[in-house]
Amino acid sequence: MNIKLNGAQHTLGEGASVTTVVSHITGRALDANGQASDGLKIGVAVARNSEVVPRSQWAATALAEGDELEIVTAVQGG
Amino acid sequence: MTTTSTQSAGTVIDSLVIDGVEFSSRLITGTGGAPSLDGLGAALLASGTELTTVALRRYSPSETGSLFQLLVDHGIRVLPNTAGCFTAKDAVMTAELAREALETDWVKLEVIADEHTLLPDAVELVDATEKLVDRGFKVFAYTNDDPVLALRLENLGATAVMPLGAPIGTGLGILNPHNIELIVSRASVPVVLDAGIGTASDAALAMELGCDAVLLATAVTRAQNPVQMGEAFKHAVIAGRLARQAGRIPRREHALASSAMEGRAEFL
Repeated sequence: MNIKLNGAQHTLGEGASVTTVVSHITGRALDANGQASDGLKIGVAVARNSEVVPRSQWAATALAEGDELEIVTAVQGG
Repeated sequence: MTTTSTQSAGTVIDSLVIDGVEFSSRLITGTGGAPSLDGLGAALLASGTELTTVALRRYSPSETGSLFQLLVDHGIRVLPNTAGCFTAKDAVMTAELAREALETDWVKLEVIADEHTLLPDAVELVDATEKLVDRGFKVFAYTNDDPVLALRLENLGATAVMPLGAPIGTGLGILNPHNIELIVSRASVPVVLDAGIGTASDAALAMELGCDAVLLATAVTRAQNPVQMGEAFKHAVIAGRLARQAGRIPRREHALASSAMEGRAEFL
């Protein structure tokens, strides 16, 4: 399926969840509760089609064709 | 007395309490404008800050090092902002993402009118404050130096009001000290002077006017020597707080001698 991730087109395998994408883009393994398996803070948030997906729901949120995902993190500012 | 500045710096002023959290430093820093994470870390440490703003942007795998991790490592609390938001809708969405990403319900609410002035859009700011308070956020509202608006924000449930000294990034200092004093005199939540600070004396003045804290970023990060400037601000905020509490002398129209005229020697 094709989705948009941070404004760019990506093709994913069927059955991909938010966890699949976050894990892939950050290079970190994630537990079922959305926390990084290495114990350090992952520090990212996800919006799917302009709705925030809570960390606890990442694993259970299956992606669909045409979804638009935004994955954000803290950067210098303010 | 020969107390060293570093000893006194950590101990002399009363602590700042925001939303039940105690800070021994009254200097809040931003992280924008620093050329490198390492340099930023050193400047933040020199400034003694315990609370620092960050912005929220798209995750980029190519970025090296994590700002969030740097702050966690230094024991500095994170205050996410909504920089770059022009509408209440965007600000609320950004705050929601920040709460998820950084696990804090504190947010520095910034809703600006346009990129040219970067001034707060009062209408959107009020709307966003109301919505965010409703959703359980602790709102640190970045606002114009308008005493009426500041009180409105407080009444809507803002945790702190943060009037600007001058437009963001200008370094023009505090353009309307009278308004800042007025905001302070009527506020019952912490008042943080935010934006426009250029150098240490500006921060000292903010504290002398009665602000509870000062927030600045580029005054440190874009200084020629950010570490030294961070240290300068640490002392400026302490000096200003002490002066405020010590009670300054009133201004006078005419000179007033400090030496008694009585008992002067007489010369031929």
